[in-house]
Amino acid sequence: MLLQLFDCIYLDTTLRDITGRRQDMDITLSKQQVDGITGILTSYLINPGVDCCLLIDRSGNLLISKGDPLSMDTSALAALTAANFGATEEIARLIGERNFTLLFHKGERENIHFSKVGEHLILITIFGHNVSLGLVRLKVEEAARGIVRLFETSG
Amino acid sequence: MSFIDFSRNIISCKIVYYGPGRCGKTTNLLHIYANMTEGRKGQLISIDTQGDKTLFFDFLPLSLGRIKNFDIKIQLYTVPGQVMYNSSRKLVLKGVDGVVFVADSQMVRRADNTESFENLRENLIDEKKDLEQIPLVLQFNKQDLAAQGHSLLREEILVQDLQTRDPVPRFLASAVTGEAVFETLREISKLTVKDVVKRVVKHL
Repeated sequence: MLLQLFDCIYLDTTLRDITGRRQDMDITLSKQQVDGITGILTSYLINPGVDCCLLIDRSGNLLISKGDPLSMDTSALAALTAANFGATEEIARLIGERNFTLLFHKGERENIHFSKVGEHLILITIFGHNVSLGLVRLKVEEAARGIVRLFETSG
Repeated sequence: MSFIDFSRNIISCKIVYYGPGRCGKTTNLLHIYANMTEGRKGQLISIDTQGDKTLFFDFLPLSLGRIKNFDIKIQLYTVPGQVMYNSSRKLVLKGVDGVVFVADSQMVRRADNTESFENLRENLIDEKKDLEQIPLVLQFNKQDLAAQGHSLLREEILVQDLQTRDPVPRFLASAVTGEAVFETLREISKLTVKDVVKRVVKHL
């Protein structure tokens, strides 16, 4: 019974809220959308040399990951990133900003970059010192635009 | 906000343990973590202060098995109970699908319970959710303290204080001994998954 219900929703595939037009809506991803996003992440981020990237929602769900997440606990990373983003948004408000659209942490071996995608998603990119921050910022921006466009056209 | 992944057949839901400071929310998660089979539980993450109070949240991802060919994944969160951490509570409530309200059954904590329950109601409104509609389970914790001579609130009083329009499932529990911890989890998981399915179908 449950499966039949979901087979119906499969055709609906609404992710319109990602672009901010629909609030408080559950996220459903079709295989076509997953393939589309995976393609975008591969061509814009994995091919240029980042180690791994993850697309999560603002409530801490991991939607898609691509690349080699090593032995990382991706569920925990998603939950902590969503919280970190929320906390940073509060900090932004305190200094009179609406929000910060990106966050970056530099490590000894690995760096991590967080960027908003539409209103409800966050793209996490983990990369080593073989890739420059400038390139990552440029490619993340292009990938984010591509993902939002994909939801607008398939939503 | 639940997430349904049709390419990997996964349904993910977010359940938040809410309640006043020191009522036993984290202890619930610790008991679940300690007694859940390996392979069904992820890592327990806690962001707390030196005094063991939760500063931001605790987080525990669980796999609850399969319904048809869908893997059911639940993410358990706790909120910091202390009154001053309301912005953190609001952040944790973002995208919540189900709530366990953990009440401290001690007589001296009666006002704290009602204050926290009203705070939950208000914070849910900010999330565009309604306490009367969201899957909710009440847990009356610290029942073990009766044996140590502490005065506890009677169940009817607790129910009366934490009233919702329709009666919701409730459990007399003791998180330190594990009494009714899994019963609470089972009930809220069932209600939440059912509600997620219903909500998704409504949007067809």
